[in-house]
Amino acid sequence: MTITQLKEKSKTYRKKILELIFHAKAGHTGGCLSIIDLLNVLYNHVLRIPSPKDPSRDRFIQSKGHAVEALYVVLADQGFFPEEDLKTLGQYQSPYIGHPTKKIPGMEQNTGGLGHGLSICAGNALAAKKDKSDIKVYTILGDGEMAEGSNWEAMMFAAHYKLDNLCGILDYNKLQISGANAQVMGLEPIKQKIESFGWSVKEVDGHNIEELVNTFDQLPFENGKPSFIIAHTVKGKGVSYMENVAKWHHGVPSAEQLEQALAELA
Amino acid sequence: MKANLEVFSETLQALAEKDQQILAVTSDSRGSGKLVPFGEKFPDQIVEIGIAEQNLVGVAAGLAAMGKKAFAVSPACFLTARSLEQIKNDVAYSNNPVRLIGISAGVSYGALGSTHHSLHDFAVVRAINNLPVVAPADAFETEEVIKYAAATDEPIYIRFGKKNMPDLGQSLSPKFEIGKARLIKEGNDITLIGTGETVWPCLEAAILLKEKGISAKVISMHTIKPLDTTLLAELGATRKPIITVEEHSIFGGLGEAVSSYLFQNQYFVPFKIMGFPGEYTVTGSQTEIFEHYGISDKGIQQEALNLLKK
Ligand SMILES: [Mg+2]
Repeated sequence: MTITQLKEKSKTYRKKILELIFHAKAGHTGGCLSIIDLLNVLYNHVLRIPSPKDPSRDRFIQSKGHAVEALYVVLADQGFFPEEDLKTLGQYQSPYIGHPTKKIPGMEQNTGGLGHGLSICAGNALAAKKDKSDIKVYTILGDGEMAEGSNWEAMMFAAHYKLDNLCGILDYNKLQISGANAQVMGLEPIKQKIESFGWSVKEVDGHNIEELVNTFDQLPFENGKPSFIIAHTVKGKGVSYMENVAKWHHGVPSAEQLEQALAELA
Repeated sequence: MKANLEVFSETLQALAEKDQQILAVTSDSRGSGKLVPFGEKFPDQIVEIGIAEQNLVGVAAGLAAMGKKAFAVSPACFLTARSLEQIKNDVAYSNNPVRLIGISAGVSYGALGSTHHSLHDFAVVRAINNLPVVAPADAFETEEVIKYAAATDEPIYIRFGKKNMPDLGQSLSPKFEIGKARLIKEGNDITLIGTGETVWPCLEAAILLKEKGISAKVISMHTIKPLDTTLLAELGATRKPIITVEEHSIFGGLGEAVSSYLFQNQYFVPFKIMGFPGEYTVTGSQTEIFEHYGISDKGIQQEALNLLKK
């Protein structure tokens, strides 16, 4: 997919996310808009997934499980299930719930508890190494999630086993549910911390498609080291009244707000 | 006489020899898991995690998701507490067939104290869906359950201790099947149901009771979940007293599981749960701790006499 096509995709995805959350009357709006460009580039440029159950597929686990609506939109667009099915999101007995589950074609693990994705990915990556396969493993982590100690256990492990087929991606929008990371639990200097754990780290603008494509194309950043991308993002990106506002963490737009958002994204 | 831990290690080694997908995943626990020879023999089939139990279970889930037969081996006390959320989400809920092996379970660590005891593990793992819970009693049961674990494609929790255990014999129950209790000794007056390392003192108590003219049946309820309800229904129907004995808190373990089934199915029998009371245990060796709380031939005999009002 060309850069122009990818940029168009991001626009379409944003609109679909907002419509989906509006319809379901629930969802993690801010985080979805924050990670959507990452998911777009991953699924339309980076990941090799011939079909959801193909054993040779690359693995993507969204550790930041709550931004599931963005993943639903992208997986439906991949043709893994009919987009129509998403109308049942959050309804009684629907498989489409507020966090990723393996019931949905294309979803690798049941995530939602924070600090789980990186360990599972590290296990995937080690298994791929043992099998001498070229499967690559990716995860998106939230910034608030970096306070989970399990992430740092997994960081030590991945570097120790030289898992250069593993890539961690931080959705660094600097906000979490109760406010700024810096006030809740500061994570800076995050780049140095991750580097000091033995990873090769790059920082990017998480909404700049060209930059993202260019960065993912350089993986692994160093042979023998796991790679980490700190993606600087904006919570609620693309909708003026949502951007950088913590309350849009799981805010649902009104009909009027939706209309305004869709107009801004047109 | 052999420790279940020893049998586990030997069985896993024999299986790994024939199956490269078998991996032992350890949290600096290869020594306590008797896996040093395993690691020497199959260096590519042991994954050291370091002292990081959350990562132990998360990585094991990731390995299992890729088709590896991951045995996550760690002292039961840490495995089922420190990594409980990983067990719930990454293993059971996500249905990644990790073989969770809780070693040195119960009060095996004796005088090391309550930080190292796992008297809570049955209770917490029983409440998690999609996770069978097994405590083998002797070498036969241990070998069989490890073979089963290697062959299954579902998650499982297995716990055992490190003390030498006598062979309980297989004459009455030559087969081992998950969810099917094993009859160790026939008897008509009362039933003693043990699990793991408490089956042996149940058998010893039955021998003492015989001298008093009381015929006690002894059952090894190696699978705590799913329970052998067919057997419990048969026992309940006789209306004879039942005593359960476990190396676990009296809250949420074998005894409560058995009583829950019996009473909800209107089998109102004289009943006693033997285990550890709601307190941090008395200090001492495993044997001394067992004796203190009556998990012994004499202690179980006494409870049987009480129930029989003799
Ligand atoms: Mg954030």
